[in-house]
Amino acid sequence: MEPVRVGAVDEFGDRTKRVVFIGHEEIGVFRLGDEFFAWRNKCPHQGGPVCQGRLYQLVRENLDADMKSHGRVYDDEKLNIVCPWHGLEFDIRTGQHPGTSDLALEPATVQVQAGEIYVLL
Amino acid sequence: MDAVVHNAKHHPIQEMDTTTDSRDYLGHARRDAESKGYDDWLIVDIDAHHVESVSWSEVTSYIEDPVVRHQAMMYQKERIGAPPYGLNGDLGLRYQDVGGRIPHQSSQREKIEEIDVHRDVVLTRRAMHGLALDYMVLFPTPMLFLGMHPQTDMEVFLCNAYNRWLTERIVPGEPGIVSLAVLPFNTPDEALKTVEKMATVDGVIGFCVTSTRYKPVHSNEYMKLYRTIEETGKPIAFHAGYHWQDPSLATCNTFLGMHALGFAWCNIVHMTNWILNGIPERFPQLKSLWVESGLSWVPFLMQRLDDQYLMRQSEAPLLKRMPSEYMAKNCWYPCQPMEKSNIKGVECTFEMINAHSQLLYASDWPHFDFDTPSVIYDLPFLDEKAKRNILGLNAARLFGLNENGP
Repeated sequence: MEPVRVGAVDEFGDRTKRVVFIGHEEIGVFRLGDEFFAWRNKCPHQGGPVCQGRLYQLVRENLDADMKSHGRVYDDEKLNIVCPWHGLEFDIRTGQHPGTSDLALEPATVQVQAGEIYVLL
Repeated sequence: MDAVVHNAKHHPIQEMDTTTDSRDYLGHARRDAESKGYDDWLIVDIDAHHVESVSWSEVTSYIEDPVVRHQAMMYQKERIGAPPYGLNGDLGLRYQDVGGRIPHQSSQREKIEEIDVHRDVVLTRRAMHGLALDYMVLFPTPMLFLGMHPQTDMEVFLCNAYNRWLTERIVPGEPGIVSLAVLPFNTPDEALKTVEKMATVDGVIGFCVTSTRYKPVHSNEYMKLYRTIEETGKPIAFHAGYHWQDPSLATCNTFLGMHALGFAWCNIVHMTNWILNGIPERFPQLKSLWVESGLSWVPFLMQRLDDQYLMRQSEAPLLKRMPSEYMAKNCWYPCQPMEKSNIKGVECTFEMINAHSQLLYASDWPHFDFDTPSVIYDLPFLDEKAKRNILGLNAARLFGLNENGP
């Protein structure tokens, strides 16, 4: 397992990503606040290029205390990567699909050292 | 981190959008195809789409009626902000791209450098390359709503114009592109003329009825049409669609719910009438396909009709077998969208519909629920022979396509 440099921390804005090749593997590296996450660029649904999709905040139903719906709202705390093939969403932090525990992204190890980001496969 | 550190190479496409080349968009499918050796397989995509309204000025120039053609051409030339001439449908209710999450569903604005063939030929070629296809059956998109058009004449004008445009401008551009002539089904005499006119045209391998309509498929006025199609030896396909204005579907507040039900519902209704009125008995050589409703509705309907038929046989006296037997022997089913959340259910469905001979692969590219050939290839309960049948050989036999490719 050899570390591969992806870039400097300050090259990543908050809530941004970078897709890289490490050998023949495609990896998406994401920044959320001060944390970095890395996922393989292969959707568990049909193998789509999930990390090359768009970032969307998680959508929640806006229910009041009487369980009446007032439409949908974005969750400012949760950010999803959306596979551009079929729209499946995955939490940047956990890699989990928000609607089922059966689908999750495959992780890669990411490390930050001395202002540099490394991925280990 | 004391060892020599290598730098990762940036991916040239950081984010896919509406301008991404289809070959890049489908790059993962292409690599999957190469790793699985699809080049050695016949793969026939029974249902893919292009967006004919992008070329609507060209299409409407093929309208035969001179007054309507002139009106259409003036409209296309001078109206701003209006939908394409003569098309009905859902206008702004098209939420297939899930708010921009699925860019290729929104539009394909990729660069086209080729000038020797039509844009749609280039886009289709690229998709065929990505999905490793030998043949692709090209269907229209907004025209799928024409069965609900308030002017039945307009369905006739536009279907005939589209069929001519497609077979003159698009199909000749690539040997693997084939089509099913779209029938103006709400006007049976005109549908019959379309069959007679298109049956021998190069690249026309069958006929299509858009399923979103309220005309009963067992009406006596269609018998001559079915007889004629049967005599051509080419199949008739019922291509599903949705219709949010349908009173029951209008209760659905999400595109998800409306689309999930609508695409199955229209074919459930037509299939019920098709079977219970004995169309397979009246025209035993007539081959029918039930397109883009997925598969899970088929075992439901088989069991439902069988159960009720036994108690009320006198209402369906033409039947000599159980409804499910006709559905499994006289009908064919493209697989898309493959509902596969329960693999045991999928296996049971395949058994019930005689998938080894009746199931066909379809991508539905470029729509949001498209399927790659891997949805069949990766199924754990199929042997290689079954996979080859479903991915291509069943279609080759049904449509008379060359098993070695075009």
